[in-house]
Amino acid sequence: MKHAVTITVNGATHALEVDVRSTLAEFLREELDLTGTHVGCEHGVCGACTVLLNGEPVRACLLLAVQADGHEVRTIEGVAPSPEELHPLQEAFRAKHGLQCGYCTPGIIMSACAFLEEVPAPSEQAIREMLSGHLCRCTGYHFIVEAIAEAARTLAARGKA
Amino acid sequence: MKPAPFEYVVARDAADAVASLARFGDEAKVLAGGQSLLPMLALRLARPAALVDINRCRDLEGLDDSNGALTVGALARQRDLERWARSRSPFFQDVLASVAHVPIRNRGTAVGNLVHADPASELPALLLCLDGSVTTRGAQGERVVRAEQLYLAPLTTSLAPAELATRACFILPPEGAGWGFAEVARRHGDFALVGCIAVLALDGTGSVSHARLGFFGVGATPVRSAAGEAVLRGREPTEARRTEVAKAAAAALSPTGDLHASAEYRRKVAAVLAERVLAAALGRCQRPR
Repeated sequence: MKHAVTITVNGATHALEVDVRSTLAEFLREELDLTGTHVGCEHGVCGACTVLLNGEPVRACLLLAVQADGHEVRTIEGVAPSPEELHPLQEAFRAKHGLQCGYCTPGIIMSACAFLEEVPAPSEQAIREMLSGHLCRCTGYHFIVEAIAEAARTLAARGKA
Repeated sequence: MKPAPFEYVVARDAADAVASLARFGDEAKVLAGGQSLLPMLALRLARPAALVDINRCRDLEGLDDSNGALTVGALARQRDLERWARSRSPFFQDVLASVAHVPIRNRGTAVGNLVHADPASELPALLLCLDGSVTTRGAQGERVVRAEQLYLAPLTTSLAPAELATRACFILPPEGAGWGFAEVARRHGDFALVGCIAVLALDGTGSVSHARLGFFGVGATPVRSAAGEAVLRGREPTEARRTEVAKAAAAALSPTGDLHASAEYRRKVAAVLAERVLAAALGRCQRPR
């Protein structure tokens, strides 16, 4: 069964017919070729597929594409300000070695984007609590925590400038 | 695509949703937040013929805090309750912080969590401890189901398949009451292995005027310890009495063991948590002058 939807992804509006069984993650990856959204457990546990829906982090595997009809989605592809420039979070993940294989990274960056907007100067405890919704099997999390703290400082300094 | 094929129906409002549910008999499922339903569809533990999506039903939105009760519409997300709790209820805030993770709470609805009836979930136990209820709408009209009558078995409520849960109501604790909440889970945000909630209020003499003690994760449904509450009521909640109540309440539970925790371990932890939440509740009580 197909259903017509209009979904805005990273500022571009897409009007097409999707299978009602498609998740938002499948829609992004297979219909729009936005494969930066990774799919891990496909039942909401691992956090790899996290994207922003109207600015709020959600699991793209726990949302049907049809449910995003009329809404705005932001993915990892829409985070950097330009093709030549990284977002402060991306920059900090690179500088602080916040990733190894990178599979979980897009989901964490998307969660962290929304998190830092809500909590601009987070404690380490708050960062760790936010990260509890994301599984990373490589890093042991320490460098991810440092990267997010670093990005928070960069964003705060920019805000003041 | 992992779910089995289904028909997708967008409901315009609550009445439309009820009509759609009636059309499919017991073959349709309501899609609200979908945070429990979608995994079940993906694993094919559920294979409904139709999903009735209520996310566009404006009349199911909303959150109302008045006359000592919190009423939440079927579309109020768990994060909406969290935002309300930030300024109004550290109790709710504490409980909600243990419900999965932010991205799940952004979509997951409170009412959906309540009627999903996972025995290890926090909100059903909270509903039970706050003398709450769920209001439903079906072909026969509206009815109110009290928390005590709602939970029958794991993932099973007394609601009929074609009945739509439209809102839930929590009676907020009396003025000056204290609360305690604790759970043991394998990771932060996971379903609890054992969890416990207590609410206590004192009268002018320091005796207990209101007592609630509830557990989750330790049986087929959330449970309240009516016997433990009766022992506390009208008496001074001394440490000895709290310990006695916690031990007796835990001994009366019938948890089942699984891969992660034996029944014996759960009962033991339940007693410890009950002692802790009763002490925490007492510590937060304000004595009326």
